[in-house]
Amino acid sequence: MLGTTFILAIRSIRRHLLRSFLTTLGIVIGVAAVVAMVTLGKATTVSVQQSVASLGTNVLQIRPGQGFGRGGGGPRPPDFKQSDVDAVARQVAGVKAVAPQAQATGTAIYEGSNWSTTINGTTLSFLDVQPWPLQSGRYFTPTEEAAGKLVCILGNTVYQNLYRGGEAVGTRMRIAGISCDVIGVLTARGQGGFGDQDDTVIMPIKAVQRRFSGNRDIRLMLVGVDSAYATSTVQASIEDLLRERRNITGGKSDDFNIFDTKQISDTLTGITTALTGVVTAVAAISLVVGGIGIMNIMLVSVTERTREIGIRLAIGAVAREVLMQFLVEAIVLSMLGGLIGLLIAQLVVVGLSPALKVDYLFDPQINLIAFAISGLIGVVFGYFPARRAASLNPIDALRHE
Amino acid sequence: MAAVAASVAGRPPIISLRGVTKVYGAGATMFQALKGVDLDIAEGDFVAVMGPSGSGKSTTMNILGCLDVPSGGSFTFRGQHIELLSRDQRALVRRRYLGFVFQGFNLLARTTALENVELPLLYRGEDRKARRDLGMAALDKVGLANWWDHTPAELSGGQQQRVAIARAIVTNPDVLLADEPTGNLDSERSVEIMELLTDLNRNSNITVLMVTHEPDMAAFARTIVHFKDGLVERIDQGHRSGAKVEA
Repeated sequence: MLGTTFILAIRSIRRHLLRSFLTTLGIVIGVAAVVAMVTLGKATTVSVQQSVASLGTNVLQIRPGQGFGRGGGGPRPPDFKQSDVDAVARQVAGVKAVAPQAQATGTAIYEGSNWSTTINGTTLSFLDVQPWPLQSGRYFTPTEEAAGKLVCILGNTVYQNLYRGGEAVGTRMRIAGISCDVIGVLTARGQGGFGDQDDTVIMPIKAVQRRFSGNRDIRLMLVGVDSAYATSTVQASIEDLLRERRNITGGKSDDFNIFDTKQISDTLTGITTALTGVVTAVAAISLVVGGIGIMNIMLVSVTERTREIGIRLAIGAVAREVLMQFLVEAIVLSMLGGLIGLLIAQLVVVGLSPALKVDYLFDPQINLIAFAISGLIGVVFGYFPARRAASLNPIDALRHE
Repeated sequence: MAAVAASVAGRPPIISLRGVTKVYGAGATMFQALKGVDLDIAEGDFVAVMGPSGSGKSTTMNILGCLDVPSGGSFTFRGQHIELLSRDQRALVRRRYLGFVFQGFNLLARTTALENVELPLLYRGEDRKARRDLGMAALDKVGLANWWDHTPAELSGGQQQRVAIARAIVTNPDVLLADEPTGNLDSERSVEIMELLTDLNRNSNITVLMVTHEPDMAAFARTIVHFKDGLVERIDQGHRSGAKVEA
């Protein structure tokens, strides 16, 4: 019974190839759009999560001030001191390492090339917070760190722009008018969601404080959290400690902020997911329109094939068989459309991934769901025309011109 | 008053109409197509149904073909009351016992002769091989085995009607209902079709019911039923069955 109707449906589709294709075009486009959007959205989410992860997992960033986007109003809160760094490192349970950072900006010059970049002064503990392998050369030694020697490790972007692939280790370059020995080049971390992390020069913190910023202030603490501890607990302990050290009491709000990279990741993931949802909803409308297209053509087809239906009924087809034939025809059509749509979606994703700077990603779940929905559309929008076909009176249908 | 029932000597009627009426519409537009038809058709008979348009012959054929139900009276097929059956049950009667041939051939377009002939077998649930074998056998019977892969557009009118006949007999029906089967054909093709029907009637023991308004074609039948004003007017029996029309 089902085999028979399937044969009939396939035959009918084959006999009207062009019409069948046009009928199903709406589904093709709808499925392609939905699947491509969802897939690209997921790929973007993955990419955002990866770039946030490249900032370090289980890393807390502590800065003076009240976080992003608070402009003006009152005196600038003081930077941290070395004693704050030591206190956080020693007194808070679950803290693996604390890397202080002093920052300055300046133009790096080597031979004919120059490049404007950020100078990050830190201690060797930044490697404990978050590993960053070398491409060549070495890190600075504890002695060099303690002495604040003018040695620098280049981020990959700086290296590429100043040395253009040549040998950097062992050379001397000038940065913000001060010359320093290049001792290492870091591997590329890639473009994160927060600018180019590789656009940096790393030096011992004392060198930066002494020669560039001229004070002993610390602009940023990177705290590595032991993975056995919840970052939120550690974050709360640090907050309590720093409030005490900075004499913030009672209802007064913090004059520093602690960012959990995981929290940032979650926020950004939420945003990309929401955007994906909106775009997908728009694409889904085209699926519904495609379904209406199928219903439209199937209704025309029922009228056009009235005589055929009459013949089938006269020959002894029962109403259910005619209904099933048209229903299966609609389902097969829309599923074929869905299948073609899935293929097109893969092409679109492959084509657009490089432009959106995301990796190609195949998500079996969304493909399966979209395919199932295309079948469902066939059922929903094929039922009405099919029922109309099945309810025809054989005598009238046979007489139909 | 209803006409006398017809029967071929010694054979039980396969079809019996008793006081069959058919009314279309209601009120002012009401039209009584049949006014109480009594008719017996014997198994194995070759019946031609004649009459002017509006005489009720097409309505009777629709009822006999289980495509329509009488408004009143009874219609028994092999003793079974068809007027009591549901739409789908009547479809199953058509599927099992009846074959149809139409004036306009009514083949499926863009479909090969064999696929057209196989169609009733699909609804009978025959498998692919059985469909092919029975379909080819039926095409062979109508002399079109070599044309099995041609679509109706590639066949002449006479050939199309032969395919239609093959489709009607592929299920080996008890009764073949033909509605002006030669209406769209020239006289030479018409005679060929009539000879084919006569042959099927005699050698395959298929009861043939044929509507026609051409006396030459009706002359092939054994029994001729004349309709007039929604009633059977006259029945000519023991006709020169299977006789050829003199040129």
